[in-house]
Amino acid sequence: MILALIGNQNCGKTTLFNQLTGSNQHVGNFPGVTVDRKEGIVRRHKGVTAVDLPGIYSLSPYSGEELLTRDYLIGERPDAIINIVDASNIERNLYLTLQLLVLDIPMVVALNMMDEVRSNGGMILTQKMSEALGVPVIPISAGKNEGVDELLDETVRVARTHQKPRIVDFCGGAVHRTIHSVAHLIEDHAERLNLSPRFASVKIVEGDNPLLTKLSLSENEQETLDHMVSEMETESGTDRKAAVADMRYAFIEKLVGETVTKPVESLQHRRSVDIDKILTHRFLAIPVFLLIMGLVFFLTFGLIGPFLSDLLGTAIESLTEITRQAMMGIQFNQVVISLVCDGIFAGVGSVLSFLPTIVVLFLFLSILEDSGYMARVAFVMDRLLRKIGLSGRSFVPMLIGFGCTVPAVMAARTLPGERDRKMTILLSPFFSCSAKLPIYGMITMAFFPNDAALVMIILYVGGILSALLVGLLMKKTIFRGISSPFIMELPNYRLPSLKSVVLLLYEKAKDFVTKAFTLIFLASIAVWFLTSFDWRMNVSPDGLGSMLSGIGQVISPVFAPIGLGDWRVVTALVTGFVSKETVVSTLTVLTGSSSASLPEALAAMMTPAAAASFLAFSLLYTPCVAAIAAVARETRSKMTAFGMVVFQTGFAWSAAWLVYRIMSLIS
Amino acid sequence: MTLGELPVGKEAMILAVNGRGVIRDRLLDMGLTPRTRIMIRKVAPLGDPIELSVRSYALTLRKEDANNIIVEAAEA
Repeated sequence: MILALIGNQNCGKTTLFNQLTGSNQHVGNFPGVTVDRKEGIVRRHKGVTAVDLPGIYSLSPYSGEELLTRDYLIGERPDAIINIVDASNIERNLYLTLQLLVLDIPMVVALNMMDEVRSNGGMILTQKMSEALGVPVIPISAGKNEGVDELLDETVRVARTHQKPRIVDFCGGAVHRTIHSVAHLIEDHAERLNLSPRFASVKIVEGDNPLLTKLSLSENEQETLDHMVSEMETESGTDRKAAVADMRYAFIEKLVGETVTKPVESLQHRRSVDIDKILTHRFLAIPVFLLIMGLVFFLTFGLIGPFLSDLLGTAIESLTEITRQAMMGIQFNQVVISLVCDGIFAGVGSVLSFLPTIVVLFLFLSILEDSGYMARVAFVMDRLLRKIGLSGRSFVPMLIGFGCTVPAVMAARTLPGERDRKMTILLSPFFSCSAKLPIYGMITMAFFPNDAALVMIILYVGGILSALLVGLLMKKTIFRGISSPFIMELPNYRLPSLKSVVLLLYEKAKDFVTKAFTLIFLASIAVWFLTSFDWRMNVSPDGLGSMLSGIGQVISPVFAPIGLGDWRVVTALVTGFVSKETVVSTLTVLTGSSSASLPEALAAMMTPAAAASFLAFSLLYTPCVAAIAAVARETRSKMTAFGMVVFQTGFAWSAAWLVYRIMSLIS
Repeated sequence: MTLGELPVGKEAMILAVNGRGVIRDRLLDMGLTPRTRIMIRKVAPLGDPIELSVRSYALTLRKEDANNIIVEAAEA
């Protein structure tokens, strides 16, 4: 049995999903955090699956999210719909409910956030509302896990008994009559497509042309339809779309008037207005944003991250030594000791020690997102992003890019408009992802230990400036045209739930550790193998005659002009194609050092100018394979992904050249 | 007057939503239908977009789109 969770953005849908399934899925407060549908096995009920779909406001065929949800509901026909309605914002939430009702699928309305409504002195007559809507209405509070069991039992019952929504007439008048007649007219066509005639009729009357084409009406039927619609437009004195929207809201206003006692003032709303007095203040908003981001970066890279990372690094170091001693003690083969200690331990360990920093960064990003602040950032930054032809909404995927490019690219799916989506996707790799942190950490430790935070800020800002530059370039060349609309809800600020933050961090940490023990593990072994042996499979003690050195030496002339002629550096950068963490592990293995002795080895290999060039190149060059694959998937074009790789690498080379020249002049 | 011309903090009622296409559909879907009461709560720091209070929630949209919404200021 499949239950589909449908609701507006910010209605607590994902929180409910977590409660139902106990699954660890991200909860976000920014419109459109759920970018793909997620499934989870429901607790307490055998054989019941819950599907979490993107938050939507309507079933119109314009945004990708809405189409996805609509196609899912019509194509896969879940056994029941749980329509989550934010009771504290009930009118707009019920607008979607009215559209779902005509789908003719068993459904239950979950009135969420009832705790807030009650504590503010509001009241909702659920029984009366249920009678008016023709479906069960269950009050819940997903965050506190209240009413969730009852909701689930009721939904399962409705699904088992195939209890479809009772047919409710939303109004009398012209619109109603037209929908009724059109439903008769197109009945056969709709049923052929497995659609509820009423749903198809409403959509056609609204002016859903893609659906109209699918129905393939005869010329006669088309004429009758046009006639009906134009009569309705004359009678209601407005156009078809407005007439239908008006009909829905009129019904909702009447229903809400009869069943809802709204609180005089909502505490949560009052609080949001107060917080926004500062966060979206005329003069304070931008300084405060920079301050918040600055604080996040300082805490992550200057304080908590390095402290924990150092601690972990030291622990791994001692573990390596203990292992080496133990293996030497029982006179293990030298090559195997080298494989374990210099290959695997050094490679995996050097990457693993950055785990705390990455977890801390994700902690802050998820708090900013879940609290509702990201939506304000979009509001504040819209004007700026419009200069490069994007909207404020693009800013959020970009900020997520600071965590990881893969979810950033996926988050771009929530953007309306193909052009905005593609451009945001292509720009998000410029927002330095957290996997590049180990590279920056390694270089700053070796070359700029006293200016670590400053170097970090320069890098991150440099990435953003590059994005702006490239964005401007794109706008002038391949992405001409206007940006898509910016019409977005600003949700009330909410305290992120501890549970969802912890679940998210756990998931990120797990991903990272898994990667360290699979991808990085294999890459470390491969790099160790290629450096320890020459082409004739003889052990190459210093790595000079090794296979990898041969490969590196072939490519290194390309990197010589930017000060990175050393084959080991070149090789490390090449392995960065697999994942950015591998750059560090490769250098560690290639220099035959440990995470503690790596800085010294690096200092002997590069000048500070070359180190700066290395940083610039790492910041800007091709993202990792996972991100490239995500770009290819989301843009549905391998050529786009390939073009991006070539462009970014070229761009990175040029920037690194510039940095190298300037730094060489200074020092 | 249009919504874009409405002073911040003044209540008004929507008379018509002009314009066309996706943007207009979106505005209607979000509850900006004729006879709805609205108020501009705030203008973004860079002068655009604006933040509206409508149907007891906060919505943001750009001035150029707000200019397609015809409103009548409520009596003071």
